[in-house]
Amino acid sequence: MTEPQTPAVAWEELDELYRHTILDHYKNPRNREALAHPDAQARGYNPFCGDEVKLAFAVRGGRVQQVSAQSQGCAICQASASLMSEMLKGTRTDKLRWFAERFRELMRGKGLSAEERHVFGDVEALAGVAQFPIRIKCALLAWSTLDEAMDDYEARHKT
Amino acid sequence: MTIPKPANNQKKKFDVHSVRGDFPILRQLVHGKPLVYLDNAATSQKPQAVIDALVRYYSTDNANIHRGVHELSMRATEQYENARGKVKTFLNAADDREIIFVRGTTEAINLVASSFGHKFIKAGDEIIVSNMEHHSNIVPWQILCEQTGAKLRVVPITDTGELMMDEYGKMLGPRTKLVSILHVSNSLGTINPAERIVKLAHDRGVPVLLDGAQSVPHMAVDVRKLGCDFYAFSGHKLFGPTSIGILYGKREWLEQMPPYQGGGDMIKSVTFEKTIYNDLPYKFEAGTPNIAGVIGLGAAIDYVNSVGYENIAAQEHALLEYGTKKLSGIDGLTIIGTAKNKSAVISFTMKQAHPHDIGTILDAEGVAVRTGHHCTQPVMECFHIPATARASFAFYNTKEEVDVLVKSIDKVLEVFG
Repeated sequence: MTEPQTPAVAWEELDELYRHTILDHYKNPRNREALAHPDAQARGYNPFCGDEVKLAFAVRGGRVQQVSAQSQGCAICQASASLMSEMLKGTRTDKLRWFAERFRELMRGKGLSAEERHVFGDVEALAGVAQFPIRIKCALLAWSTLDEAMDDYEARHKT
Repeated sequence: MTIPKPANNQKKKFDVHSVRGDFPILRQLVHGKPLVYLDNAATSQKPQAVIDALVRYYSTDNANIHRGVHELSMRATEQYENARGKVKTFLNAADDREIIFVRGTTEAINLVASSFGHKFIKAGDEIIVSNMEHHSNIVPWQILCEQTGAKLRVVPITDTGELMMDEYGKMLGPRTKLVSILHVSNSLGTINPAERIVKLAHDRGVPVLLDGAQSVPHMAVDVRKLGCDFYAFSGHKLFGPTSIGILYGKREWLEQMPPYQGGGDMIKSVTFEKTIYNDLPYKFEAGTPNIAGVIGLGAAIDYVNSVGYENIAAQEHALLEYGTKKLSGIDGLTIIGTAKNKSAVISFTMKQAHPHDIGTILDAEGVAVRTGHHCTQPVMECFHIPATARASFAFYNTKEEVDVLVKSIDKVLEVFG
């Protein structure tokens, strides 16, 4: 045998990736009910693997009041959509684009500060995906869909 | 550096462990586990003989071909044309001039779509493909149809992943100008009845292109026995280098077809008044080709011949049978593509986990499989699935590796079950 050329992926690391928060959100996704009167909606689709995220939210007083996140695909994609939907509830809409941007940075390996950790909560469970470069796009789909939903929101609420 | 043995017809007894010794890449750990390479339908690994041929060419003979009068150029030219002869024999073509060097199967199909297509296909004409084609045997024809107003017809497939031959027969008609169908399916493993496909088309005077990307690594191909008008394959799936492939075409067609690209080597003389194109096969080989790739492909063909297709077929058949039996027994696992006549490809889905999650867990065990739609989205649509995980075997794989695959799938169940 020649020397290993790739770092070992410890079984614990994989287990950690899937077992707890991600698997919980994959098996019991939150906020899957459609909204009757959304203020914004978008559909994200990755043709390479068929992953799909349909996102909608309703706004009251400048804050996200209700969220719907319907996803299909792998565990990481679905968990990411579900975790994100939990995070969005009650948040000011002018923060949403920053969330998407900061999540992209998280996937590039830039960890969260103590203050950001408080904001992102359980979403941080996805930070481990950064160790699996080929899977980052699975985690990102929900967040790029959030950007598109914001485009829709702004288009509808032009003054 | 080892000097590869000259090709001869003396078949050595097949021993998978000794054959594995010919592939240096297989001797490595991935994530701390021995590599189990089961992604051969995407690309195959390269034997030392091919690697040595590339090193030797660049170390001692590198020069441009067909133009220099100097020694190196003559050596390079001789090896390049010698490889063409090897391909001709390999496919049992009638003539060296029927062998065109291209970048791969994709370019071979694009060449025919562009050159044959623009000469012979007009608005209202029909081109027949099948529902199991790789995107590379769909998109070039869609582009041609867009440009000419021709129409693409699609032969449907059964739920075992076989062509509906009756439908195919009915589709062939006076407007059909070309049939382009894959010989072996990359995502389902189905081996299509190529001779019958050609016979039915020829009864109607329609020429046939066979996409052989997934057949030449596994079975002897005789283009004259098949009767096809065009045959395309890629070197890298045949244990050779990437970016080299073959278009075989019957001379009577190639002679009538206009050049695909213009440039050096494809002309006899150039003036601004009139340029005279070169003869076959050079008419279709504009510019300095992938000389090293051609020489490497020649070495790959010698290597495959030295292993022997009977041995390759026997080993792969055993792996397919054993793998199918083992995987069928896993709870929640469905094999996609269950044709009677199948090459050593096992595509599968699991009710517990998405193919990408399967792929990540298998990778951590050192097992390389492909996950996704395998560039065959219409096949995925047929089976109402977004993707599959696919284990594809070569003759250097072992039953022990199938066991590792099965154990790794147990890990998937451990996480997701």
